[in-house]
Amino acid sequence: MATLQLDGLRKSFGSTHILQGVDLSLADGEMLVIVGASGCGKSTLLRLVAGLETPTSGSVLLDGRDITKLDPAARDIAMVFQNYALYPHMSVAENMSYGLRIRGVPKDTIRAKVEATAGLLGLEKLLARRPRELSGGQRQRVAMGRAIIRDPKMFLFDEPLSNLDAALRVQMRAEIRRLQRRLGVTSLYVTHDQVEAMTLGDRLLVRHQGVPVQFAPPMEVFARPATAYVAGFIGAPAMNFLPATLDGHNARLASGHAIALPNAHPGHASVTLGIRPENVVVTPNGLPMTVDLVEPLGSETLVHGRLADGTPLLVKQSGAMPVGEVLYVDLPPAELHVFDAGNGQRLAA
Amino acid sequence: MNRALTHGIIILGVLLFALPLWMILAGSTQDPGAIARGDLSLIPHWSGLHVYIDVLSSGGAGAQPVWRMLLVSFGMALTIAVGKIVISVLSAYAVTFFRFPFRMVAFWVIFITLMLPPEVRIIPTYDVIAGFGMINTFGGLTVPLMASATATLLFRQVFLVIPDELMEAARMDGAGPWRFLRDILLPVSAGNIAALFVILFVFGWNQYLWPLLVATDPKLDTIVIGIVKMIGVETQVEWNRVMAVAVLALLPPVAVVLLMQRWFVAGLTEGEK
Repeated sequence: MATLQLDGLRKSFGSTHILQGVDLSLADGEMLVIVGASGCGKSTLLRLVAGLETPTSGSVLLDGRDITKLDPAARDIAMVFQNYALYPHMSVAENMSYGLRIRGVPKDTIRAKVEATAGLLGLEKLLARRPRELSGGQRQRVAMGRAIIRDPKMFLFDEPLSNLDAALRVQMRAEIRRLQRRLGVTSLYVTHDQVEAMTLGDRLLVRHQGVPVQFAPPMEVFARPATAYVAGFIGAPAMNFLPATLDGHNARLASGHAIALPNAHPGHASVTLGIRPENVVVTPNGLPMTVDLVEPLGSETLVHGRLADGTPLLVKQSGAMPVGEVLYVDLPPAELHVFDAGNGQRLAA
Repeated sequence: MNRALTHGIIILGVLLFALPLWMILAGSTQDPGAIARGDLSLIPHWSGLHVYIDVLSSGGAGAQPVWRMLLVSFGMALTIAVGKIVISVLSAYAVTFFRFPFRMVAFWVIFITLMLPPEVRIIPTYDVIAGFGMINTFGGLTVPLMASATATLLFRQVFLVIPDELMEAARMDGAGPWRFLRDILLPVSAGNIAALFVILFVFGWNQYLWPLLVATDPKLDTIVIGIVKMIGVETQVEWNRVMAVAVLALLPPVAVVLLMQRWFVAGLTEGEK
């Protein structure tokens, strides 16, 4: 049980600045998900906390204690790696207990802990197997077991689900969340998958091109994305973006159609309007959209099309829906997100 | 038809390799005079088998008994193989897993020695060993042959494909450099080590030039030197005895290859780490 605090953490490789002054604090038992496309510095951040990299400057505090200079093993932090990094020549039990054996924990204690951890993860029958005799999901569990068995102050997850197939990913995602809740261990989870980010995190940190862009609970990130990048990244299918010009309360689309916005945004002439596919309303007296692709997914239908001015638009409707050549759609002003067309920042309200 | 041709070529290859061996085996049991005249029969004379017992206990005229030379050769090959593996594993470990100043310089210095054939540096090496007073010692026979750029580079290749995460996981588990080497790296590379051991053992066993220079004491004669001495000294070469010794000289490397075959093949072919 611990809190984590990062103060002005920087990391540069030569003249490449991967991280520029990260300040972050995690409450006890909190699960923070860092999400972003590759190259946003999220893995480096994790490795700095783990102690696998040394920061250029700044400090890492675990439970108020400065651990910046400590060896990874001395930090009392466990990490789950993307490719699991199981020791190929050791059995499941040996893999899980290796850290304890190094620390000279008595054999009886180790046996009891291995059994307890295996029980927690449903690995009881697999303890004698080698990693190569396990399925992807089982390997993932062993990797988790290796982290849990040490009763660390903190867990680090480095994209632990990205090597699994889709069905297993959903299952393991729920399992990780359940375990983390149950054990109440402060966790830092890094991913590029927005669904994982939404479902796992107590709070989300969205990073883009080396800088943090939003730090908030998942639903707030979803409801009020701070920038157009976040808006497009979080939520699936991705948000639609329509260029528009502002004229008082009215936003004029490229086609000339005007939408009355709830608020005025003085000082901003050109904006980007964002609307999630599920918020687009299909109505007979709406804007005409030329349909070019229909994807029936069973429980919902995705309709890809273009507005009169050529702006692509994706519409999501629940259930099956007969679709002709043209669909008439309405963009409810209350559901619109307004971003500055230049820097992509969200405009208030 | 194609199959027949393929098999024909393989069989021809096998014969090409096997025939000389068979001739030695058959020749060792025959009358030395007949061999000298060129009347070597391909059918072994079973009555001549006692030559093996003969050479094992007494050796060639003026030479050490063959069992002793076999022992020296075995000791030398084993020491060289083990020594080479220890040194090259350690140096490959250093250049692969550690960041230290002049790491790449160290790597290139090792690499460059590959370009020099051993014969080029044999005189300076002799001078160094003589300076240490190691002429005519077992150490002098083996130590200079231990450092191996080839083995170092091979192990570096093996270590490079080991995922970084494996080392990082071990670090998080609390394993220091020595523990990681012992608990993770060596077991994971066991197949490669076994394969290289076989190659290096045979390499050590076949050494000729260096033992000839550094060990003039007959007590340190290796089996290879012994065979040469048997041919050179006598006016009337006892070919059956020479051939018998050659057969005996063949056995230990063959035994090593057969014993290690399983790991040897696995080490050369296995991809996944």
